[in-house]
Amino acid sequence: MLLSSLGEKKMKYWRKPLDADKVKVPHGKVRIIKDRCKGCGFCVEYCPRDVLELTDEFNIKGYHFPHAKNEEACVNCGLCELVCPEFAIYNIPAEELEEKDDQG
Amino acid sequence: MNEKHPMDYLLREDRIPHIWCPGCGLGSSVSCFIMALEDSGLDLNKVVVVSGIGCTGRVAGYINLDSFHTTHGRAIPFATGLALANPELKVVVYSGDGDLIAIGGNHLIHAARRNINMTVICVNNFLYGMTGGQVGPTTPLYAKATTSPYGNFERPFNLVYLAAASGAVYVARWTALHLRRLTKSMTEALQKKGFSFIEIISPCPTSYARRNRLGDGLDQMKFYHDNSIIRHGADPKEADIGFQTKIVVGKFIDVERPDYHTFLTEGLAKVVGERK
Repeated sequence: MLLSSLGEKKMKYWRKPLDADKVKVPHGKVRIIKDRCKGCGFCVEYCPRDVLELTDEFNIKGYHFPHAKNEEACVNCGLCELVCPEFAIYNIPAEELEEKDDQG
Repeated sequence: MNEKHPMDYLLREDRIPHIWCPGCGLGSSVSCFIMALEDSGLDLNKVVVVSGIGCTGRVAGYINLDSFHTTHGRAIPFATGLALANPELKVVVYSGDGDLIAIGGNHLIHAARRNINMTVICVNNFLYGMTGGQVGPTTPLYAKATTSPYGNFERPFNLVYLAAASGAVYVARWTALHLRRLTKSMTEALQKKGFSFIEIISPCPTSYARRNRLGDGLDQMKFYHDNSIIRHGADPKEADIGFQTKIVVGKFIDVERPDYHTFLTEGLAKVVGERK
């Protein structure tokens, strides 16, 4: 599926942008306040880079909370922060990685 | 629980976690509202949030601004008083469909007719959620609720048409999944002078979805993802919502019209002369 290809570290383009080698891909880290989570799964479903998945562990309220399964794919877009109804997840910008994209 | 969320400064942290069910879209809409408050550049000391009763009525209790939790259906009259007494305030009414449209329906249309300077955010979950899922004036035809076990046979209100026909200067509708567009829309509404109205279609997994066998909150979000049509400037008359039909979303109305306070000051100046 398309989502799984997006989850890879290097993004695939259907047409390579002319300035693809100059554009810096922002990189983020996911922070989860696990005891606030109610396990609705919105962040897991709607993360555009497919970074998150629900764990098998329980939090203090008995819900399964998410964790970042491939955090290096996070582009610090902040969608999880916006979609989370519990104010339990947010991004912080990591130092920007210089990614040279050689995929055409 | 020592970690701080970036939005915590606008939340009453001692009241978090909130009471909303897992899968409810209200929390997401509040996130968008907080983001819109940041984007709008308003002085947060002059923003007031007024709520009525219901699940959405609890927003005022969770937001760390000057906020008021008023009686059922009377959020708009309360906000009208605030807006008239202190025109410098930005008054936001954040309430649900049962509060604003059912019990406070008359107040909504008259506040829109007068074009009082306020932003009304109405979260529509299609029934009275907190009291146990009774049928309301926004319940779609044939949808089941606790008090309509064979389906609802009343035609529901089309909220955007109601607001537009009553005279609102800004009317938009989004679902709880249109996060970025909803944030932008809220920012525009907060910066607009006059009566602005935003309807947010939100999942209600406990009352509406369970009664109609629509799955959980995530299933309803997926339904919105597949079945909402963004059509800016569409005729609100044709934006009816049926049971599990396509939902027309977008910005319907964005016009300029002098608000009540402008008429009041100009009219008074003509009659009694400029006040010092």
